[in-house]
Amino acid sequence: MTTRAITIQVNGTRHEADVEPRQLLVYFLRDQLGLTGTNVGCDTSSCGACTVLVDGDSVKSCTMFAVQADGAEILTIEGLAQGDELHPVQRAFHEQHGLQCGYCTPGFVMAAVALLRDNPAPSEQEIRHGLEGNLCRCTGYQTIVEAVQAAAAAR
Amino acid sequence: MIPAAFDYELATSVEHAIELLGRDDEAKLIAGGHSLIPAMRLRIARPSRLIDIGRLDGLGYVREQGDWLAIGALTRHADLLRDPLVGRDCAVLASATAVVADPQVRNRGTIGGAAAHGHSASDQATVLAALDAEFVAQGPAGQRTIPAGEFFRGWFTTALSPQELLIEIRVPRTAHGVYVKASRLSHDWATVGVAALRRGGRVQIALTSMAATPLRARGVEAALAGGASQADAAERASDDASPTSDQAASAEYRAHLARVLTRRALEQLG
Repeated sequence: MTTRAITIQVNGTRHEADVEPRQLLVYFLRDQLGLTGTNVGCDTSSCGACTVLVDGDSVKSCTMFAVQADGAEILTIEGLAQGDELHPVQRAFHEQHGLQCGYCTPGFVMAAVALLRDNPAPSEQEIRHGLEGNLCRCTGYQTIVEAVQAAAAAR
Repeated sequence: MIPAAFDYELATSVEHAIELLGRDDEAKLIAGGHSLIPAMRLRIARPSRLIDIGRLDGLGYVREQGDWLAIGALTRHADLLRDPLVGRDCAVLASATAVVADPQVRNRGTIGGAAAHGHSASDQATVLAALDAEFVAQGPAGQRTIPAGEFFRGWFTTALSPQELLIEIRVPRTAHGVYVKASRLSHDWATVGVAALRRGGRVQIALTSMAATPLRARGVEAALAGGASQADAAERASDDASPTSDQAASAEYRAHLARVLTRRALEQLG
């Protein structure tokens, strides 16, 4: 097995690692770094549960090889809170009940963080379109949209 | 789902990528990877070697070139959507790009990768066919330009030879155009899509998911040129089509959708 050396910044910490080229970023994060907040849902680039930010852009980490992230800065759900202080989007999901089983939540939160960075005051339609890449099988979309609206208003 | 093992090479220039392609018949290029990685996870694709062109400098751009816009093959969908030139001079390409999958996919996927993949349900490919876009390929013998009518050859098949890279796509600056898409889920492939635009006094139309490649609706174009009403012309949208049946729609329903969406696209075009 041939491995490649990569250097990757995750939630502000620099990691040097040897990875098999076929290792997907999500498995690198979960299995090699132990950051299991990023979930694997569908494994087919559909559900968005594995969404992380790569150099600031939302990306489905099941659809990127870790070698492609060599030199990149990654932000995962574990990197959002400042100590005990939840990120405003996390707090809004909590307060607005923007989750039921919670499995899709890390991906939704990361997608919402990216959405609000590009569009700090989105309309309801813009929120729904902006979250098209994320699926909630509990179908809790209404409260998810309300959570993003609340996070936008809290800014 | 874990892809089969492969060797990984990072290309440092277009010439280097071409040389690497020449060393291995089973090698594949990877740019954004949003067509290839899903196929590799399912092991539909099992390349022996991936040649990563995603870090090549100078292939992500939109430039004015007379009556055309030149778009670098590595331009990501999200960057196309943010580009003021595309928004002003080729809004039909922007509107098709806006409905490619979802934000995460558009952040990684590239216009060149999507075109080279040759998927019959590609929204952008349909617009490129309707526009009579040009595709610039580079191989061991140098560069050549391929018209859209010759670029898309069949299911997942383009005119690119195994040792060629798509490096640029050129689109005519076109003020008036629309892309209409029907899909079962918001981020899904097009069940059917229709691109309609006006160029040099003629209406040009192409369809998504109605054949192995983007399909020009020549019957509709000829009817409009002959003075038919939009509603009558749209009835010919499915004339040359060979749609398939799958979980999204039957072939019959696709033919129906093609006619209805063509009429709506023409009405929007005005």
